[in-house]
Amino acid sequence: MKHTISVLVENHAGVLARVAGLFARRAYNIDSLAVGVTADENVSRITIVADGDDYTLEQILKQLNKLIDVIKVRSFSENDLLTRELVLVKVNCTPAQRSELISIAKIAEAKISDISVNTITLELSDYSNKIRTFEELLRPYGIKEIVRTGTVAIQRGSASLTL
Amino acid sequence: MTVARAMVECLKVEGVRHVFGYPGAAICPFYDELISSGIEHILVRHEVNGGHAASGYARMTGKAGVCIATSGPGALNLITSIATAYMDSIPIVAITGQVNSDQIGRDVFQEADITGSAEPFVKHSYIVKDPDTICDVIKKAFYIAETGRPGPVLIDVPMDVQLMETEFLYPDKVEIRSYKPTTEGNKLQIKRVADAIDKASRPLICAGGGVFLSGAKKELAELVHKCDIPVINTMMGLSNIDMNDKLYFGMMGMHGVKAANYAVSRCDLLILLGARMGDRAVVALEKTSGIVIIHIDIDPAEIGKNVDVNTPVVGDIKKILTQLIAIMPEMQHTEWCEELAAVRAEKCELPKTVKGTVCPKPFIEELNRQIPEDCVIVADVGQNQIWTANNICLTDKGRFMTAGGMGTMGYSLPAAIGAKKAFPERTVIALCGDGSLQMEFMELATVIQHGINVKIIVFVNSTLGMVKELQDMLYDKRETAVDLTGSPKFDIIAQAYGIDAENVTDISQAKKAIADMLDSEKPYLLQVIVDKDERTII
Repeated sequence: MKHTISVLVENHAGVLARVAGLFARRAYNIDSLAVGVTADENVSRITIVADGDDYTLEQILKQLNKLIDVIKVRSFSENDLLTRELVLVKVNCTPAQRSELISIAKIAEAKISDISVNTITLELSDYSNKIRTFEELLRPYGIKEIVRTGTVAIQRGSASLTL
Repeated sequence: MTVARAMVECLKVEGVRHVFGYPGAAICPFYDELISSGIEHILVRHEVNGGHAASGYARMTGKAGVCIATSGPGALNLITSIATAYMDSIPIVAITGQVNSDQIGRDVFQEADITGSAEPFVKHSYIVKDPDTICDVIKKAFYIAETGRPGPVLIDVPMDVQLMETEFLYPDKVEIRSYKPTTEGNKLQIKRVADAIDKASRPLICAGGGVFLSGAKKELAELVHKCDIPVINTMMGLSNIDMNDKLYFGMMGMHGVKAANYAVSRCDLLILLGARMGDRAVVALEKTSGIVIIHIDIDPAEIGKNVDVNTPVVGDIKKILTQLIAIMPEMQHTEWCEELAAVRAEKCELPKTVKGTVCPKPFIEELNRQIPEDCVIVADVGQNQIWTANNICLTDKGRFMTAGGMGTMGYSLPAAIGAKKAFPERTVIALCGDGSLQMEFMELATVIQHGINVKIIVFVNSTLGMVKELQDMLYDKRETAVDLTGSPKFDIIAQAYGIDAENVTDISQAKKAIADMLDSEKPYLLQVIVDKDERTII
């Protein structure tokens, strides 16, 4: 089962290595990982999507909490979260195919970020499944390159994860 | 003052009187300040033993032991001892020199990323780049090492930083917003424990190493007697309760005694007290079903990790036991205790001893008759460890220690050195095998140089006995790489270092040999010849 875990950490050098190392040595699987500074510049937020059963999730949370640089750890159920990933896709695109691809971009609410004689680069920010569908739609044209970020997540409604 | 000087001043404020280390270029500024500090430096002969000595010291004092090494290979050699301390939750502060900060990452001479390499085995680590943080870092290092679930903390200081100027301002208090260990047990959970004990007809306490770390020996004995609950130990817990106590039934687990494992299989309530239930202990639980398990531990991550638990209680054992004793009525479990006592009383027939060799069991029983009550016994790893663990008899004034979690060979002698430096007036005996002694016997020089009066008993069977036993049982007696032919005569090796030594080849010599060893005012080595087919599992 997939779990989305938000971790607030001290914004020091080496903290990401400690967190990533913990997952590696305890054989927890990371699906994606995203790091960025929070409103407080001394604190970073790591969003991890991990795969595992309830036992593994409990252990992940407890072991993360033991790291001295980790200030707060929370896991969320999917329903409580607004999640986003960003993808940049460079697709083969002849001049004749341009209008087709532009209409796909419109339907998916993707942005046309760059264009060349024989390619088009589309940008989409959305949740994971939506991005997968988008990718499927583009595949027949020939994807030259795809770059995807890890998931970032924030709670829905007025609740927030702060110190 | 320089950072190096500030480091020494910090250690003084922390009350450090002994440090165990090995110098090198990158840590020289610190050593230069150490000379005039009044802190005694014990020069070990291999960095790993500095870490083990600090561990033995810490186990005895309850305060963090300090070990020192230089950059690169020196620091890397420390790792095994840091990992050993980590597994056994022993507080140590390891200080390492690092290459100059502007050279880090360039693969210069004796450079190693020690904070990176030690990361899986430390509770926390620091690399000091800003000279003005040194006091804060050292204060936090001791605090983190000694509080909550104790463990090793590493401080890596580049050589140029050691030489920089800073102001010595040692903080009185530590405030780490992300580190606040729970020490108070939840009252409701403690009430649940009391109810569970009340309901149980065959309760059992399994007391682990956490009882030492929390300083809860007295409280353990009090609860056990007030509620008449039998106690067993994990290996790490040995000697946290008087082994002569009628409610004590020995060590559990794969290498444990029958009475303890029988108790686990028959109990209806098992209270795990500062025991993390490592895989070697947990085998005793595999055949049980339907028993209620209570787990009391300061580390929430240990609860539910290896054993499913009905009632978890997170906090400091001493505090929790005190609360529990206050609400528990006096109880009797006469029938249950008698049932266990009958199993304990069963005598097993020892195989006949081969001529010219000594059976370890009666030898250790003779040792039991002669050692002082407050004796410290340090067992190494292998057959010697199991023989010692299962046959040694200490009261609650004595102390048993071993590298229970990591099973690090070569632990006993350096740890004994550390223990002896902590309590020079107590008798400290390292028991090891001929395999483990050869991983640590360079420390015989340390013993002599620093006049450390430790006693060493080496069981010599010319084989890596524990592995041999495993190969005999599980690999159809195909013994490979366990023959120690080529080993020296250890009594002569000891004498070469200037250590008195005696050889025991028959149990009839044991009484006098042990008496001579204990009477000696100097370090002493007893070489006890054991048959190579002598086993731990009979």
